[in-house]
Amino acid sequence: MSAHSNVQWLDAFVARLGRKFVIGVPMLFLLAVFALPFLVVFKISVSESDGVRFVDLLTWSEGVLQLKVRFSNYLYILFEDSLYIEAYLSSIKYAALTTAICLLIGYPFAYFLARSPAEVRPGLLMLVMLPFWTSFLLRVYAWKMLLADNGVFNNIALALGLIDAPIKMMHTPFSLTLGMVYTYLPFMVLPLYANLVKMDLRLLEAARDLGATPWQAFWRITVPLSKGGIVAGALLVFIPCVGEFVIPELLGGPQTLMIGRVLWDEFFANNDWPMAASVAVVMVLLIIVPLALFNKYQAEQSAGGRA
Amino acid sequence: MRNPAGERTSKAWLIGGFAFLYLPIVTLIILSFNASPLVTTWAGFSFKWYGELMRDTVIIEGFLLSLKIALLTATASVLLGTFAAVALTKFPRFTGRTVFSGMVNSPLVMPEVIIGLSLLLTLVSLQRLTEDLFGTGWPDRGTLTIWIGHTLLGMAYATVVITSRLREMNPQLEEAALDLGAKPWQVFFLVTLPLISQALASAWLLSFTLSLDDVVLSAFLSGPGSTTLPIAIFSRARLGLNPTVNAVATLTVLVVSIGVVAASLWMARLERKRAREMAAAMKT
Repeated sequence: MSAHSNVQWLDAFVARLGRKFVIGVPMLFLLAVFALPFLVVFKISVSESDGVRFVDLLTWSEGVLQLKVRFSNYLYILFEDSLYIEAYLSSIKYAALTTAICLLIGYPFAYFLARSPAEVRPGLLMLVMLPFWTSFLLRVYAWKMLLADNGVFNNIALALGLIDAPIKMMHTPFSLTLGMVYTYLPFMVLPLYANLVKMDLRLLEAARDLGATPWQAFWRITVPLSKGGIVAGALLVFIPCVGEFVIPELLGGPQTLMIGRVLWDEFFANNDWPMAASVAVVMVLLIIVPLALFNKYQAEQSAGGRA
Repeated sequence: MRNPAGERTSKAWLIGGFAFLYLPIVTLIILSFNASPLVTTWAGFSFKWYGELMRDTVIIEGFLLSLKIALLTATASVLLGTFAAVALTKFPRFTGRTVFSGMVNSPLVMPEVIIGLSLLLTLVSLQRLTEDLFGTGWPDRGTLTIWIGHTLLGMAYATVVITSRLREMNPQLEEAALDLGAKPWQVFFLVTLPLISQALASAWLLSFTLSLDDVVLSAFLSGPGSTTLPIAIFSRARLGLNPTVNAVATLTVLVVSIGVVAASLWMARLERKRAREMAAAMKT
């Protein structure tokens, strides 16, 4: 009897230990490489940079603990150089535009995909996923070839006599938006598809029986029911687009100011680490609301409550 | 019930959408066989850029380094992702759960420049701290630091994939094993793990390709001498069109397409086999 209860006690102990381990390992990893770095960035953004080293925020001087915090970077971003504010606003503008276009193209796409015959659906879904798996960098580069002044589109149009001189498409707001829509379209389509394919089609039949036209049924039933997919897709496109770097660097131009590029230049070209850190902190503040929404949505998904 | 006009619209939209998605990829492939060094002016069919590629040490070494990091990343991501997914699905309540799920999910959408910069500044701070304490700075920027950054990203994707599989799994299978006297860890290894093996494989592949493709995190976290393939490609693409990039692209597309199609066919077969076995087991 006592041997038996010993075994039970041991099992319970192992189970509790296992639980701690399963939660603890990823938790520690995330705290170390995700949470802590944000604190470090904030600290460095308010640090004095003396040459290559940052002066510690807390220093002992003559037996007194001193806290030195410097907000000059933030003041500079907000009031002195309009470049930063313009870059933030323009990033939000392009991110919003990209999200809207992705939704306009992606919603019908996901809808028709979800309503296509069941036997072709896995194949079509695979076709959506496949570009997603192949290198994103190379696909963005490919647009350069298509849109350049001596690129494929211009060459074809010239050869056909449609235009007399090449049209400038590269390094314009057009090429940037096109590249972002192209890259992020699958991120819009996949959550929408997952949502639309689960929809109970009997609801639409019921609506029709009650006299609704297909158009009315679509707007009053399908769209409201797919709200979760719309929100998820929009956030998956909007948030990363705000800080996008590679696409503006390869396809954007002097007219298309993006904050991701500003941060990159502060860091790699100007070597001003505290400034780069301040730009990053303000960027986090800009996306914190959509990010919180996204986290809420993901938590609901993983809790499996609402579908 | 179905109207032909609607069906035509549906078909046209799907075809248009797929054309948009595939046009750049097809262009890359066709132009990789262009003999002319002016990438977009066709001057006849040639394999010469593939030949150049074989002699291009920057590309080859970059590829080998990227491959190594991707293998490490995919493995670490699946391990951590499985832990995180189990924690999120099996333990509805624990201290810090909200923070935990926020930290797992945020890297999915967080702009990479922010993650890259914050990780780098942390590593530099750590380096200075260890230098002050022990005389030598650790860690140096290179394979290890890139691996850590990629794993943060890969883990987030792996967790999503594995969580959704754990969600749709029939909980009765695990309950039955528990009722029959299996210990929780036995249930996990003998019941849960085999059931989610496909999700583990997809998560592995996904984090592998993410790592193989990443530019921004690698640029922040790499040191001198650790130029990954995407960094090499990116620095060429920045300067303009480059025919060797087309050849690399074509090879990548080829390998990834074959890999993904083969993996999904294999997984579909396993799925059918398992369904058959389940049906057979239920019958007896």
